[in-house]
Amino acid sequence: MNASGVLGMSAPLLRRVYEAGAGAVVTKSLGPEPRAGHPNPTMVAVEGGFLNAMGLPNPGVDSFIDEIKELKEEGIPVVASFFGSSVKDFERSARVLSEAGVDALEINFSCPNVEEEMGMLASDAANVERVTAAIRGATDKPVFVKLSPNVTDIVEIARAAEKGGADAITAGNTLKGMAVDIDFRRPVLANITGGLSGPALKPVALRCVWEIAEAVHIPIIGCGGVSTWRDAVEFLLCGASAVEVGTAIKTHGFEVFRDINEGLTNYMEKNRFKSVKEVIGLAHRC
Amino acid sequence: MHTDADETRAVTITRVVREIPDITTLYFRDEREARPGQYFMIWVPGLDEVPMSISSMDGEEHSVSVRVVGETTRALAELRTRERIGVRGPFGNGFSVEGSKPLLVGGGTGIAPLVALAEMMVSTGIRPTFLAGARSSDQILFRDRLGKLLGDRLIVSTDDGSYGLSGFASMHASEMMETNSFDHIYLCGPELMMAKVFEVAEAKRVPVQASLERYIKCSFGLCGSCAIGPYRVCKDGPVFDSEMLRKVKGEFGLRRMDQAGRMIRVDH
Repeated sequence: MNASGVLGMSAPLLRRVYEAGAGAVVTKSLGPEPRAGHPNPTMVAVEGGFLNAMGLPNPGVDSFIDEIKELKEEGIPVVASFFGSSVKDFERSARVLSEAGVDALEINFSCPNVEEEMGMLASDAANVERVTAAIRGATDKPVFVKLSPNVTDIVEIARAAEKGGADAITAGNTLKGMAVDIDFRRPVLANITGGLSGPALKPVALRCVWEIAEAVHIPIIGCGGVSTWRDAVEFLLCGASAVEVGTAIKTHGFEVFRDINEGLTNYMEKNRFKSVKEVIGLAHRC
Repeated sequence: MHTDADETRAVTITRVVREIPDITTLYFRDEREARPGQYFMIWVPGLDEVPMSISSMDGEEHSVSVRVVGETTRALAELRTRERIGVRGPFGNGFSVEGSKPLLVGGGTGIAPLVALAEMMVSTGIRPTFLAGARSSDQILFRDRLGKLLGDRLIVSTDDGSYGLSGFASMHASEMMETNSFDHIYLCGPELMMAKVFEVAEAKRVPVQASLERYIKCSFGLCGSCAIGPYRVCKDGPVFDSEMLRKVKGEFGLRRMDQAGRMIRVDH
């Protein structure tokens, strides 16, 4: 899958992601109202990756329904990422998106760039459980909960999501950071802080997947620094059942999806695995 | 991980030229290699970072030509020599030089990337015809620079008829395509102008390269804010060839995404 926030602004772009080899596509995180996001600079290159603070630009749940329908008419599996600032928002969005025909919902509890407006829901286990349960009650679709690594104990939050009825955990979002320009002597991003993505994030994301896998029984979707099939195998070994790819589309192009699929298939053949299921979590058994 | 061009760096303004009342060219020192049709992300610390197509390039000095449309572009136009701005890029595919009898049609600030292209063509022995469209006589960007380069192959049109041919550039471009056998059309300017000329070029089966504009945020091809059809203007473009333009015919000249990703009408 593509990671949420990457190319998810329109149906034609997401179709291109699917045709490039993704098993499903993930929409841009959709909120109850349209949002323009933060002013530029919204993205900056740093060592080992990028920082971004887009500020959740999106046309709003209702405006995006036609895009979802367009994708569904072509038989493309769609995961709708969404966020809200109240339980009511979340419930309504979950209902609207489910009716539009999405295959699964991914709750974005964890965007690091909009804290002031929404509070960082993902840092509070009780909130995560409460909101997840409410959404669980509002839809028949599978519910994924996307968690942030910017918390003291991601395991506690993952347990809360499972308790609230989540069908899967996406681990995780970007890691909060910042970049400073020495010539202008000021932060580069308009939002000052942003989320770190790319290869530098991978060890953190792997650790999150590993720890969560030891604590919950529901599947985990690995996200953070996946650039190659090797990275994908690492995430599977740590306990992920699937991976999401974002920043690597910048460095490797759309081909990254096919490369990961082919590399993974070769790895499985070479090591005589019959199914990806045999690889999931294998590193925990050593 | 990233290329040299991806890095944000501070560059020093070497020259500021007021071209016409509301367009200013900023020359700055930068050694990254650039092609006509590519763009820089220009950062005015404290205000915004905006995409600007490159209006001239050599090994050590590049320029962008800025029309004042808001706070950030006003700040850019007021910069002085030795002041600094932040730059990323060059980004985007740029024009590719094809054909031996090309027609370049530029409207308003759209003339900026095409003048660099015309200079590159002339340096390789191609003699392009250039139709420069503007609102009125005091709005014709790079009239002297193009006149010196192309002589009578520069044709100017103004919407109000105050200089050169009278009326929209799209109309004159269509007429010129009737009477001449151009083998390639290059377009940059108002989208409605480009869409009209593209329609005529399609009927005559003449290949087109058009430089498109959308709301660019990340410029790395990741965020999708600049999407038109299956393409990202920041990375797959900004230059679209005829095949790409055909794939986006439901949007080109008709609708575009606003900052939140809602579809709005293209009105100029």
